Amino acid sequence: MTNKTYQLSTFTCPSCTMKIEGALKKTKGVKDYEVLFNSSKVKVTFDEEIIENEDIKLILERLGYSVLGEK
Amino acid sequence: MKITKGQRVALSGILIIISFMLKNTNGAINIANVFMILAAFVSGLPIAKNAFSALRYKIVGIDALVTLAVIGALFIGEYWEAAAVTFLFMLGEYLESKTIEKTRSSIKALLDLAPDISRVIRNGEEIEISPDEVIRGDIVIVKPGEKISVDGTVIEGGAYVNQAAITGESIPVDKEIGDKVFSGTIIESGYIKINADKVGEDTTFSRILQMVEEAQDKKAKTQKFLETFSRYYTPAIIILAVLLFLFTKDLVLSLTLLVIACPGALVISTPVSIVAGIGNGAKHGVLIKGGEIMEEMGKVKVLAFDKTGTLTEGKPKVNKVKAFGIDKDELLKLTAIGETYSEHPLAKAIIFEAEEKFGTISEIPEESEIVTGQGLKFKFKGKYYLIGNRKLLFDNGIIINENQEKYVKSEEEHGQTVILVSDLEKILGAISIADTIREDAKELIVDLKHQGIKKVVMLTGDNKRAAAAISKELGIDEYYSELLPEEKVGKLKELQAKFGPTAMVGDGVNDAPALASADLGIAIGGAGTDVAMETADVVLMSDEIKKLSYAIGLSRATVRNIKQNIYFAIIVAAGLIAGVLGKVVFLSSGMLIHELSVLLVIINAVRLLGYGEKRRNKKQFTVV
Repeated sequence: MTNKTYQLSTFTCPSCTMKIEGALKKTKGVKDYEVLFNSSKVKVTFDEEIIENEDIKLILERLGYSVLGEK
Repeated sequence: MKITKGQRVALSGILIIISFMLKNTNGAINIANVFMILAAFVSGLPIAKNAFSALRYKIVGIDALVTLAVIGALFIGEYWEAAAVTFLFMLGEYLESKTIEKTRSSIKALLDLAPDISRVIRNGEEIEISPDEVIRGDIVIVKPGEKISVDGTVIEGGAYVNQAAITGESIPVDKEIGDKVFSGTIIESGYIKINADKVGEDTTFSRILQMVEEAQDKKAKTQKFLETFSRYYTPAIIILAVLLFLFTKDLVLSLTLLVIACPGALVISTPVSIVAGIGNGAKHGVLIKGGEIMEEMGKVKVLAFDKTGTLTEGKPKVNKVKAFGIDKDELLKLTAIGETYSEHPLAKAIIFEAEEKFGTISEIPEESEIVTGQGLKFKFKGKYYLIGNRKLLFDNGIIINENQEKYVKSEEEHGQTVILVSDLEKILGAISIADTIREDAKELIVDLKHQGIKKVVMLTGDNKRAAAAISKELGIDEYYSELLPEEKVGKLKELQAKFGPTAMVGDGVNDAPALASADLGIAIGGAGTDVAMETADVVLMSDEIKKLSYAIGLSRATVRNIKQNIYFAIIVAAGLIAGVLGKVVFLSSGMLIHELSVLLVIINAVRLLGYGEKRRNKKQFTVV
């Protein structure tokens, strides 16, 4: 299990968080997630055997957020 | 070429203006319409893109609704509506992101205080490295104007340090050898070498940052409620729109309802206020751990204080020297010499006082013997003396006359511990010692009463006399003395049952259980004490206890701000829905009002950033 925190471009609307939550919920391999509206961060726990870090970043980018950093 | 949101909004706006001018001047309707459609595309494209990317994950967001509405509008030839809606939506988003950044600005300001370079000695050479590369035990050198990059102890030099990053207080503090310094603080003048005790993410500063960041996203109860609410609200609106279409066959009306009824302002109402509130607190050295804590603190009715180290400085100090038949200074000096070998805190207070007055005392007693529980006996210049309590003097047959006894009693009633000094024949004097009350404690209690706190209570392990004296001096309503830590917890429960929400204020070191069991635990002087920072809900980083009333005021202001936002958002949403159904509000005007309401909510939250500033300025004015 891998834990990652992604810093995304500024969230402006709370519906953004719902969008990201929805997308992560439907992604296989993602065990747990938390979208932090105020700090514009997403914390994801995922199974590296099913999904890779790059895939998660791709999902976030596709939803319209640039990934500014990861930890 | 990538164009920014701002440029996109501007371009779209220009296109709309051109279109209007064409329409009004020569009636070239077709060309005017082309410009209008272009404007709709410029603004609409990113919205549609977002909508599709979300749809891929089967999520219907506001983007999708807007896109649908715009396509509908273009389809029926309402070009102006289409352009206006996309333009307003993008403009709204743009302005919202700018203003939201403002609510986060105090936290960003805090982030900017993080140290960026560190000068250390490695292999006897001075080198500059990133603060992340410093390891424990490194010797760090800091010069004037530079930031300290580690938590550590001064081992050489001395400096005035601005600790605003940690305590919120920008008056420089004097640091000398042996003093602790913190990462993120700035040397104003002087030069120091520090032994690095804590580095990188373990420093107080990094932990404050981390906690503030986490705190911002700890949801308030109101926020949780609103999120549940919107989970039902959105589908309800969709059903309403579908029904509306089935009955009226009016596609535009149904789409308008869908777009306009989005609960944007409502959902954003709480988080923006909380971020601004927490940010304001962090800037002033008050760490509030989350939205729920804010709400709790606004409701507190009773404040229970620990005594030692909280209302008092925790350091005993000589308050009065009374001599019987000898010189006062001589008595103090003699006592200090007698106490040379004693480790007792009262002895230290006497030595401190004497050295303040006469400089370093180098004379030592020829003999010194501790009498357990009573004091000590010593020999100086061939003569024996006693320092201690009544029992010591009594056991040695020294008589305390009526007047002297009266004096000692009255001192004790004022919360002083009285140390008696005698030779082997008669009493020579009495020294009154007590823990000093913090300078700003009295002011704080007055402020708290003004703020409508029902009861201010003191819980202490100290004896009844000391407790009574301090609570009388400070104007505390009730005090409970001689309490063990677990009895403090019990007392808190009683207070909660009797008066309602109770906060416990302590220094976080010896009263962790009480801090944890109260409705709200507030620790003061949190900088550097890990336990306090972990267990308390609110941490005042500095020793300035007065900030407590600011913190309570800030919480209340934040809760008030949230309420204003929520009421406003509900009224606007209800008004818009009614307007749409009554066909007074159309797509573009509805969008304008909707975006405006979101902006107003954010701007209202930004006001919180100024909380406390006005009052400060006013105070400065009256001083001048």
